Amino acid sequence: MNPIYASRRRKNVVIKFLCLCAAAFGVTWLALILFTLFYNGLTGLSLQVFAQDTPPPGSTEGGLRNAIVGSIIMTVIGVGIGAPLGLFAGTYLAEYGKHDKLTSVIRFINDILLSAPSIIIGLFIYGAIVVPMGGFSAFAGCLALAVIVIPVVVRTTEDMLGLVPNPLREAASALGLPRSLVIRRIAYRAARSGLITGVLLATARVAGETAPLLFTALSNQFFSLNLTKTMANLPVTINNFVQSPYAYWKELAWSGALLITLTVLALNIGARILGAERTSK
Amino acid sequence: MTDLSVSVSSASGPAPQVPLPEAAPKVTARGLNFYYGEHHALKNINLTLGTNRVTAFIGPSGCGKSTLLRIFNRMYDLYPGQRATGQLLLDQTNILDPKLDLNLLRARVGMVFQKPTPFPMTIYENIAFGIRLYEKISKSEMDGRVEKALRGGALWNEVKDKLNASGLSLSGGQQQRLCIARTVAVRPEVILFDEPCSALDPISTAKIEELIQELAEDYTIAIVTHNMQQAARVSDKTAFMYLGELIEFDDTNKIFTSPSDRRTQDYITGRFG
Repeated sequence: MNPIYASRRRKNVVIKFLCLCAAAFGVTWLALILFTLFYNGLTGLSLQVFAQDTPPPGSTEGGLRNAIVGSIIMTVIGVGIGAPLGLFAGTYLAEYGKHDKLTSVIRFINDILLSAPSIIIGLFIYGAIVVPMGGFSAFAGCLALAVIVIPVVVRTTEDMLGLVPNPLREAASALGLPRSLVIRRIAYRAARSGLITGVLLATARVAGETAPLLFTALSNQFFSLNLTKTMANLPVTINNFVQSPYAYWKELAWSGALLITLTVLALNIGARILGAERTSK
Repeated sequence: MTDLSVSVSSASGPAPQVPLPEAAPKVTARGLNFYYGEHHALKNINLTLGTNRVTAFIGPSGCGKSTLLRIFNRMYDLYPGQRATGQLLLDQTNILDPKLDLNLLRARVGMVFQKPTPFPMTIYENIAFGIRLYEKISKSEMDGRVEKALRGGALWNEVKDKLNASGLSLSGGQQQRLCIARTVAVRPEVILFDEPCSALDPISTAKIEELIQELAEDYTIAIVTHNMQQAARVSDKTAFMYLGELIEFDDTNKIFTSPSDRRTQDYITGRFG
């Protein structure tokens, strides 16, 4: 065999093996985490978890109802505020402001925001909302989550609209469509599943955020739907319960962690399916 | 030279050397210049597209033929730093008027692109979409218009049973005819074709060429092509462009049999390009 070709084949085998090792290394931890979660969380996952509120110290009766409901409320409102803003901003970057100098500045700042530690965002909302309003509130928690959602959605929206071929926009313009309709009826339509994927990923991202809620919504032992008061939520409850001395609380924390993980997993799989639909079309 | 005239006349039928009768002018360019930023891309273009005539634009890559086409519907306006000077009239309308409503201009001057660009919606919606922009009509009337447009695009028989299928599910040639049907549906006066067959197979190309000649009965047509046989086959008039200038503009038969400019002759005989 040609010696150059032979050495190339040897190199190929070595690199392939190293890639496999790296992949296995990454997947192993994920598998371990999932296994531990299921092992510890599944035993405590009963109807009671969904039906009863968080127990008082020492009690072995109780569930996570208030935390689950609180998490859903704050995630939905946070995404409800952040996703439209992100979609609008992303649309500006990809469509209207494509040739502006301002766009690269905004994109740069957005990238910084995207990688900002969420605890910083929690502290920012604490200083900007919680302190002036005189107390922790679920609303502040929603805002903190919204601030995390915005850069994620801006980024995915701009990227997804960027994938819409320009000739499609030209063709729509050539029919006499005004700019706004080209974007709404053609570009959004072509990028639809990508845009939804972005919002789903942002939802998955904030569903498990602890730090921004620690400084804003705090937590609440009781069931509350009042946005101006503290509100229970899964991440902070898990954080508190894990640090407690009570075995039952720890069991509930495992169940909560499993719930969040399953939710995030479901959202990510949903996003994947939508993404696959897009590429197959 | 004799070789060429034989091959061309066999492609376009017997070539009578009598000049075409003058058609009423539809689009008139006088002293038209175009700039991409600092780059002077089109220099002092003067020509007239005759009503219901097919005018072909040929020339080597980068000669400005597509650029010229994109001025006719102000497509260049989508991008900053591009500007045109001089005079360009559609009937009596000044196309270059900065106050002109571009959407209305583009409804009068339709365009078909190099790559088929069906919208991400059903075949039916691809047609109905453009119509709805300007007209509010009943469902049955719309059905009629969609059918008429698809017949106009020579596509009706192939898609009449799957109007609700995605426009993207069609083959490349069918997609291109869908785009033509979509353009025809809004009843423009002029249709611009920017290398409409360069992404298509020979059979689809033949269909589109046939279609273009049929469309010339109702529309004024300008077609950019890098395929000289195509220009010879479909057009009444041919413009040869080179380095941003209009070198020669005459009856297609004359351009391909006895061009008056040396550069035209060199190009159509394949000496450069």
